[in-house]
Amino acid sequence: MSGTAVAVRSPWWARLPIVRQIRQSVGVQRFMLVTGLAITLGCIAVAAFAPLIAPYGFNQLRGADGVPFPTHAAPSAAHPWGTTLAGYDVLSRVVFGTQTALLAIVLAVAMSIVVGVLLGLLSGYFGGALDRVLVVVCDAIYAFPTLLLAIVVAIAISHGQSGLWQGVLAAGISITVVYVPQYFRVVRAEVVRIKAEAFVESAKVIGAPTARIMFLHVLRNSLRTLPLIMTLNAVEAFETLAGLGFLGLGIEPSAAAEWGYDLQKAVPDVTSGIWWTAIYPGVAIVVLAVGVTLLGEGLNDLSDPRLRHRRRPVLRARRALPEPPQPGPVEPPAVFPAPKEPL
Amino acid sequence: MSESLAVRITDLDVTFATDAGEVHAVRGVSLEVRRGEVVAIVGESGSGKTVTARTILGLLADSAIASGEVLVDGEDVLAVSRAELRGIRGAKAAMVFQEPSTALNPVFTVGWQIAEGLRAHGRISRGEARRRAIDILRRVGIPSPETSVDKYPHEFSGGQKQRVVIAMALVLDPAVIVADEPTTALDVTVQAEILDLLRRVRDEFGTAIVLITHNMGVVAELADRVVVMHDGEIVETADVRRLFAEPKDPYTRTLLAAVPRVELRERAPAGGEVVVRARGLRIEYPGRFRQPPFRAVDGVDFELRSGEVLGLVGESGSGKTTIGRAIARLTRVTGGSLDVLGVDVARARERAFAPLRRRIGFVFQDPASSFNPLLTIGAAIAEPLVVHGSEEERANAARRVGDLLEAVRLPRAYADRFPHELSGGQRQRASFARALILGPDLLIADEPTSALDVSVQASVLELFEDLRQRFGFACLFITHDLAVVDQVADRIAVLHRGRIVEEGPSARVLGSPQEAYTRRLIDSLPVPDPELQRRRTGR
Repeated sequence: MSGTAVAVRSPWWARLPIVRQIRQSVGVQRFMLVTGLAITLGCIAVAAFAPLIAPYGFNQLRGADGVPFPTHAAPSAAHPWGTTLAGYDVLSRVVFGTQTALLAIVLAVAMSIVVGVLLGLLSGYFGGALDRVLVVVCDAIYAFPTLLLAIVVAIAISHGQSGLWQGVLAAGISITVVYVPQYFRVVRAEVVRIKAEAFVESAKVIGAPTARIMFLHVLRNSLRTLPLIMTLNAVEAFETLAGLGFLGLGIEPSAAAEWGYDLQKAVPDVTSGIWWTAIYPGVAIVVLAVGVTLLGEGLNDLSDPRLRHRRRPVLRARRALPEPPQPGPVEPPAVFPAPKEPL
Repeated sequence: MSESLAVRITDLDVTFATDAGEVHAVRGVSLEVRRGEVVAIVGESGSGKTVTARTILGLLADSAIASGEVLVDGEDVLAVSRAELRGIRGAKAAMVFQEPSTALNPVFTVGWQIAEGLRAHGRISRGEARRRAIDILRRVGIPSPETSVDKYPHEFSGGQKQRVVIAMALVLDPAVIVADEPTTALDVTVQAEILDLLRRVRDEFGTAIVLITHNMGVVAELADRVVVMHDGEIVETADVRRLFAEPKDPYTRTLLAAVPRVELRERAPAGGEVVVRARGLRIEYPGRFRQPPFRAVDGVDFELRSGEVLGLVGESGSGKTTIGRAIARLTRVTGGSLDVLGVDVARARERAFAPLRRRIGFVFQDPASSFNPLLTIGAAIAEPLVVHGSEEERANAARRVGDLLEAVRLPRAYADRFPHELSGGQRQRASFARALILGPDLLIADEPTSALDVSVQASVLELFEDLRQRFGFACLFITHDLAVVDQVADRIAVLHRGRIVEEGPSARVLGSPQEAYTRRLIDSLPVPDPELQRRRTGR
């Protein structure tokens, strides 16, 4: 074998989740991953520095001099992306809208991960009646449309009129309800598989407490596929928020900037030739969705060794190869099992 | 025709792109296979034997590039187009896979699958395809082929499935068949039948066979010539009898020396207090809906005394692993009694059994999955200490882990490594360290060497002997390999379909078996010595 017996360990930073995948990737997959990552990081930066980037506040209707902003003003030096019918500055609304979108994402992802992973772990590890009930409930939830649920939740939480938190919570909770089954399914399947591995049995034989086996041995090995669902989950979360806004159940413009609401208010403008009120929030939604999706797809392809592209090896002269290093004092190497492709 | 070349490989080089960089798997390999000849390619895992053989069918992964020349019946498979390659596969070169149950498609009848190969190479009527399928099934020894042709793969036993796979390979009368570990997944009695069939294929069909195996017994039984590979290169090529009689290359010599042989060692009977006692032990797995439960262990009696090694031998499905798992309470006992260290496992609650766990060590078969990939080896070995140890023991865990690593002949520094950074044999040593860290009275070793290469297996067995003398544990050694059990066990219990058919001191059971089943098991064992084989089979 020309490989070394023991894989050389890479520096700690190269083993961090996304850094590792970028180093591993080539070609189109690398492009997808890097583009997705760049867009996502860009959006996060915009959200973080929104007060510095935006020329005005998201609910500001008049300038520092007290003069109200013009309504439906075309893009100009004072209002680079124009203003809306109500007189809001479109650029400021779009920039602050990033904050709202990311807030919805963080909330929805955090809630559904915690609930979904815990339920999946319990259900997969203990099995039995609990498992059967949870599986049936989750299958039932699968059939429920997200937006309908979001509307119901929005009405229940806020009775129709929403501030920032009510709107984000409505989207977050409905997304959580819909996504918990997905995390549940994935984690449960992994847990069922890992549970049968020899190292878990070995911990049982040792007499390790159940909680230790569940969290240290099983859970930590079951989380590999989560980043992929997380990205899908993230996209759905802010799109649901935008959908609620578009239906008029979202956040009041005075409480927070929200792309879906702005888009809805821009619908009548489009027929009268005012394009800037619709294009910018619309593009913002598409950009964030594309960025997060590319990131997810990139990670997805890389996580499967069969889909992962690799650099083609260059055949070198045989003589030029150095002798393989002899590993430790112990025994003949070992190492790479002869590569097997799926039959 | 019989002297013409079926395969000629000249200066073959194969390189793979992997996550860990490029791997030069095969370097400058040249070999020839004549018609009607069995050439065995032997070597340990990673030696490049499978890659070499697979290039004969052009079956390399996309991540590989190959150079050199591989002539199959006069055509260079490395140079031809995909369409031409498809023409060569099946018609000129065919393959027999290791695992017959995955090589057959479960939703089609075997007749359909055989006919598929025929249809892929020229137009053929339905009736004609069926006639040829029946014919070939008869020739590979499938009983009543006229009805078997319409059966699905799951209706056949493992050995019959492998016969069907061989029939599929033979139906187009290829110049060469590549058999990749064709008997590794089979029990030894079935293995003997398949080897017999392959020998007939060579003689009756005049087909060349490239046999890939790590089992020297199979080589001695079947091969005409042997190619020994190591690190992607051929180290020795010789006639089978010459290779076993006078191996030239030092690597070949170590490989042959590592092969376990049945030598009938005499051992002084060890006898102390009873550690494990089974009386009428019965273990059932619940059946599927409306099916009776499956009885894996059916009324087994045995005793294991302190300081003694009891070898539990049997073919797959004999219940040997189930017994080992029941002792560690990984499987529920459904009848009879099973006393482990004075507690009846069948009746005790986990609470009563838990304190005993520190006195029991377990070594699992598969070194690849027996360690949590996210914990260091040191943390894994220390786990029993963390769970059971006193305050003081936990404080000294690092030193104790180091001592144990040294006891199993691994460097202390390996405590900081992760499981994937160790080879299979090294992991199996670490597995022993984990099992022994609390100084158990009882060790259950479930096929601890089956997944290892022979030379690694030899060193692990030697280590086992050493550890046994140092730690003085009683051991239940579960294995399917008679030669291995002969090396380690004081007493042997032979299991067959959940019952113990024969039990006694190792030398007696293996040397003068009383039961027909034991005799058949021993006779089926391929002996790694072609001379002895010839005398035994009268060929």
